[in-house]
Amino acid sequence: MQNEITLSAEETRDLRCVAGVMIPANAEFDVPGADDAAIFADIVASLGRDFADVRLALGRLAALGGSPFADLDETRRQAVAASFQAEAGAPLAALSRSVLQCYYRDDRVIHSLGMEPRPPFPKGHVLEQGDWSLLDPVRTRPKMWRDVP
Amino acid sequence: MNEMVDVLIIGSGASGAAAAWSLADTRMRILCLEQGDWMKPSDFPSNGRDWEARRYADFDISPNRRARDTDYPVNDDNSPMKVANFNAVGGGTVMYTAHYPRMHPSDFRVRTLDGVADDWPIDYATLEPFFAENDRMMGVSGLAGDPAYPPHQPPMPPLPLGKTGARYAKAMNKLGWHWWPSDTTIATTEYDGRAPCINLGHCTPGCAQGAKASTDITYWPHAIRAGVELRTRCRVREITTNEHGMASGAIYYDADGVEQFQPAEVVIVACNGIGTPRLLLNSASSRFPNGLANSSGLVGKNLMLHPWPQVFGYVDERVDGDRAPMLSIWSKEFYETDPNRDFVRGYTLQFTRGTGIVNEAITSAAAGRLPWGQDHHSTYRKLFHKRLQIGIACEDLPEEHNRVTLDPVLKDSHGIPAPRIDYVIAENCRRMMEHGIARAEEILTAAGATNLHAARVALNSPGHLLGTARMGDDPERSVVNAWGRSHDVKNLFIVDGSIWVTSGGVNPTSTIQALALYVADSMKKRLATLFD
Ligand SMILES: Cc1cc2nc3c(=O)[nH]c(=O)nc-3n(C[C@H](O)[C@H](O)[C@H](O)COP(=O)(O)OP(=O)(O)OC[C@H]3O[C@@H](n4cnc5c(N)ncnc54)[C@H](O)[C@@H]3O)c2cc1C
Repeated sequence: MQNEITLSAEETRDLRCVAGVMIPANAEFDVPGADDAAIFADIVASLGRDFADVRLALGRLAALGGSPFADLDETRRQAVAASFQAEAGAPLAALSRSVLQCYYRDDRVIHSLGMEPRPPFPKGHVLEQGDWSLLDPVRTRPKMWRDVP
Repeated sequence: MNEMVDVLIIGSGASGAAAAWSLADTRMRILCLEQGDWMKPSDFPSNGRDWEARRYADFDISPNRRARDTDYPVNDDNSPMKVANFNAVGGGTVMYTAHYPRMHPSDFRVRTLDGVADDWPIDYATLEPFFAENDRMMGVSGLAGDPAYPPHQPPMPPLPLGKTGARYAKAMNKLGWHWWPSDTTIATTEYDGRAPCINLGHCTPGCAQGAKASTDITYWPHAIRAGVELRTRCRVREITTNEHGMASGAIYYDADGVEQFQPAEVVIVACNGIGTPRLLLNSASSRFPNGLANSSGLVGKNLMLHPWPQVFGYVDERVDGDRAPMLSIWSKEFYETDPNRDFVRGYTLQFTRGTGIVNEAITSAAAGRLPWGQDHHSTYRKLFHKRLQIGIACEDLPEEHNRVTLDPVLKDSHGIPAPRIDYVIAENCRRMMEHGIARAEEILTAAGATNLHAARVALNSPGHLLGTARMGDDPERSVVNAWGRSHDVKNLFIVDGSIWVTSGGVNPTSTIQALALYVADSMKKRLATLFD
């Protein structure tokens, strides 16, 4: 699903700004914000099926703020973001999905969570067998299924 | 014009594949038309870094969001539960989670035992040999000896318990409640050319390792070797009938969008509980004005979808998360009717391991658990890979107002009317859901989880599409007879989930496939008198 149309310069600026409000950089965990250049480029390139709803979200944010989201001061951004979240709905879901799906696949973020930045295949993972003696009390239960006429 | 075939099967999913394989030993000319493509393991999401994002895109469980050109849209606006499916060779098995419980003996006798709905015209004992044959063909992993079931022997050992499974097991033992490792169709050893599971974790949107049994890698290779022809990207518009009221074949659009007619002596429909009534209703003619095989008026009615609340909480250590198949154990403690409860019938508890990095963030943000701003990071770290989650597979009883009809406006890319779903969750089911949610909360608490949540409203759609062309002995109360043949059209058979009379409280595919094998076997036994 490629989008023939793209976000306007103003929408792009607002999207980057709201991504940073959603997930700011954090020194304690040594992670970038979602407005980091590489992450943001991934977000814009990956809007896919959410494109229309993200655009609605950006429009709504601008309407709530009375001007482009990126032009608001910090306090006003927080207030507008809170109102927008309180409204819920498909545009909010699309906006947050679009940001989160890219943020949480960035190498730096994955590393900070103690994970390897790689797809599941082909290496997979190891799953411990666990203690099957836990099943002993269940093994001794009488039959539970009902007999039928 | 295409050459006549003996048997035309429409749909290559769970049931169509099983029926094709079983009938292949008759040496009849068998053709299957499938609207979807062959899937390539190298195309599955777990090959790439965007593996989770693709679950919201070309591997979304909803055909409406996925919107591949092999999909058809479904109007499910008037249903709290949305339709999930997959349209490809293998059908829903490409996209299923591979939890593989059988129905229980009591599920076939709900009227006799509990005074609700209807008994099936067949029983567990009839299906038992077909369950076993299907377990062998699909390759089931599990453990013999579950006291909740009549004895059966899965051909492979169960999935490991892992950290998450062990937590659940200890909690269940503390409560004194039944649990058992789930039967799954995830290979735990090499099996019939399939490699064993290496814990990619993302089984639902296709298994890149090929450990999960979808029928494109189980039944189909055997059926094709035995001479069955499978034509992909062929979307059937309608089943045609002749002057004797018998099915004469099907009109379909081929891969180039060209309309074709395929003549056939016998037609078997295997399009699932939504696709089958859609096709039968789209096959209305002057002789069958209400749709094909619909003299009972029940085609499309009694849709059952299995309401499936999810209850989850978080523990204080990292557990398996998405580093293993989602599946671990099941509990049948609350499966059979208990007169002391305020509902009849019961449910399976399906214990799952957790979820992935992205999905945890998206679902937690949607539920308001994951804030925006600086607290985002510390909150997320309390959630990530710490989730325990229990699904409650509630038996859904048949009600005629829950139904599939043709949407007056919506059409697929070939202009064929799309299905519309009208569905409400029944009061008995709602009480069952609440009971299950309360029990799941007790279990999660016993397992050390806090921060508990129950998803009641945004009900997970399990993709179980059942009951819309039910089987029965009475032509006025059912669409097909006790061996899958239409009461009205004697050379028309249905083998998919639509022939179910009641839904049980289990994931359906094991029983769907056992039924398909049983119908095919019944046909083989009656070849000389099939249309009598
Ligand atoms: C996300 C998800 C998870 C699931 N998890 C589980 C699980 O853990 N355990 C379980 O038991 N079940 C599970 N299921 C359900 C399982 O997939 C179905 O029960 C099973 O596939 C149904 O089998 P069927 O033969 O009735 O139909 P399907 O397997 O759906 O096959 C129908 C086929 O018919 C084709 N078709 C439809 N209409 C036409 C037409 N007009 N022309 C040509 N072809 C057509 C479709 O493309 C499809 O391939 C899950 C489903 C989903 C979507």
